[in-house]
Amino acid sequence: MKRRTLLAATALAIGFGGAAFAQDKTKVGFVFVGPIGDGGWTYEHNQGRLAVEAEFGDAVETVYQESVPEGADAERVLTQMALSGADLIFTTSFGYMDPTINVAAKFPDVKFEHATGYKRADNVSTYSARFYEGRAVQGHIAGKMTKSNIVGYIASFPIPEVIRGINSAYIHAKKVNPDVEFKIIWAYTWFDPAKEADAANALIEQGADVIMQHTDSTAPLAAAEKVEGVIGFGQASDMAEYAPSPRVTSIIDNWSPYYIARTKAVIDGTWESVDTWDGISTGMVGIGEITDAVPADVKAEALAIKDAIGAGEYHPFTGPLKKADGSDWLAEGEVADDGTLAGMNFYVEGITAEIPN
Amino acid sequence: MDLSAINPLVLMASIMVAATPILLAAIGELVVEKAGVLNLGVEGMMITGAICGFAIAVETGSPTIGFLAAMAGGAILSLVFGFLTQVLMSNQVATGLALTLFGLGLSALMGQSYVGVKPPATDKLDLGPLADIPVLGRVLFQHDLVVYLSLALVLVVWAVLKYSRAGLILRAVGENHDAAHALGYKVIRIRLMAIAFGGACAGLGGAYLSLVRVPQWTEGMTAGAGWIALAIVVFASWKPGRALLGAYLFGGVTVLQLNLQAAGVAVPVEYLSMSPYLITILVLVIMSADRSRAALNAPASLGRIFHASN
Repeated sequence: MKRRTLLAATALAIGFGGAAFAQDKTKVGFVFVGPIGDGGWTYEHNQGRLAVEAEFGDAVETVYQESVPEGADAERVLTQMALSGADLIFTTSFGYMDPTINVAAKFPDVKFEHATGYKRADNVSTYSARFYEGRAVQGHIAGKMTKSNIVGYIASFPIPEVIRGINSAYIHAKKVNPDVEFKIIWAYTWFDPAKEADAANALIEQGADVIMQHTDSTAPLAAAEKVEGVIGFGQASDMAEYAPSPRVTSIIDNWSPYYIARTKAVIDGTWESVDTWDGISTGMVGIGEITDAVPADVKAEALAIKDAIGAGEYHPFTGPLKKADGSDWLAEGEVADDGTLAGMNFYVEGITAEIPN
Repeated sequence: MDLSAINPLVLMASIMVAATPILLAAIGELVVEKAGVLNLGVEGMMITGAICGFAIAVETGSPTIGFLAAMAGGAILSLVFGFLTQVLMSNQVATGLALTLFGLGLSALMGQSYVGVKPPATDKLDLGPLADIPVLGRVLFQHDLVVYLSLALVLVVWAVLKYSRAGLILRAVGENHDAAHALGYKVIRIRLMAIAFGGACAGLGGAYLSLVRVPQWTEGMTAGAGWIALAIVVFASWKPGRALLGAYLFGGVTVLQLNLQAAGVAVPVEYLSMSPYLITILVLVIMSADRSRAALNAPASLGRIFHASN
């Protein structure tokens, strides 16, 4: 027991020592769920990290750790980062929620920022983007473009963020194409190109000619590229290497302004725990160039939806909407509140699949 | 639920593609084990082949050269194992496990700058009118060269092992290396050649993953395929024909799992995800329940160290 106390004391001393050295520079840590070269989600977070470096130059030092598994391992990585003197740590995946909260409790002086989660503390902020706004644009294009009326959707984990995306895409596809049907595969991974490619192939074989993905790699687009007439969308990043087809447009996550603002707050000593949820209006969600593979009129409509959402004139979840079990959700003209959206655990009417637990 | 959405012909065709990497690795390992060597490093050789093939294909722009490089990469890595176990006489199980871990690490290092890179496309073999035959054409004649190569390899391995003198010598070395040695056969040399063949096959299987099936490079992308290949060799009781059956069965479960999900079958995803591995365990249990028969088929010198002086 004594030896353990001694070890802990030494570890603390080293931690404080590190913090003392780093005091002139603000140290910003990033924990990534995939490799920074995934071409999607993690790539864009890393772009944000680089933007922080470019903005503050010598005043900050950034560190990052890639491919950190969600769960207990994340806690170890976070503890290590905090011990090494990080002042601000961004944890960039939903599954880091509990590890972030746990580690934050142990390091009250370190600020934490958790992406896409809903648990906050005095030194833990949350931030996310309204990806469902981009999904509305994609859903419109999908509904207009599909010839087989089957849209394949590669989902990652059954969490509210993913379910929101499926619902938003479905609502807008259905609006322009009443016959549209969604086939959904749960991959249970954020990043596993082999599995994502297999899932895309299975969907294409079952007649899907539009593939949507909520996983981070470009593998589904690579699978779509092999089959004539199948289109897909860039996810989290532009994925322009697959343009003009199969990638017809994309949702681009732009984290840079947020990361810069939060780092600045730490430097100035004005950092507070907040909950940020921005969308197209602030540019956190960007829509990649819509290519010529999409007919001009569809493109114009899609851009109109984007502009209406950006200007706050239109909300993707506007009634009348029913839940999949037939119960009423939103009345005519009613708009979904953020609380329901943040905890969304149901499909809207029309999606026949079931959400796995 | 709508099972009619699954087209059995298309499903068959994609099972063939999904099974090709494990089939290649399994047929290579089968030859190695027939020569009396147990190489548990299949996973490591596959993943090394995957990155060697991917890197070379990207650099040269030719998938064919990539596939050749993958075979070379797998063979070179397997010869490390060969040198350790055959010349230095280390324990085969421990060395094989080490080879897997080494291969996984080495490939991750080699692949650092290839994450997210798009490889050159591998063309499908144009078989002209054959591809238009109803039913058969869709299933059999619309693949790329490697799929046919893997099938041909099964046939060749079967014929060589069964009918040729070389096959007889290989089997003799695997059944009783002392007797083979007494007859004047170079046991170590023959085993090294078998090990290299196994490595090349595993490497090719890995490259098929990274260049055709996915096609992309990521760390650990073989995701246990090498272990399944090892299980298939036992499942097949060291018979090439059965290895083919085993590989298609395992590849089939993986593909079917996703297809059932897309068709909206209300089976919990977790069960489907674990099904290939569950079947592996089941098969191994059934096999080992009948000990005498399983032992009858296994090469008698499998995993034993050969030393010429005793």
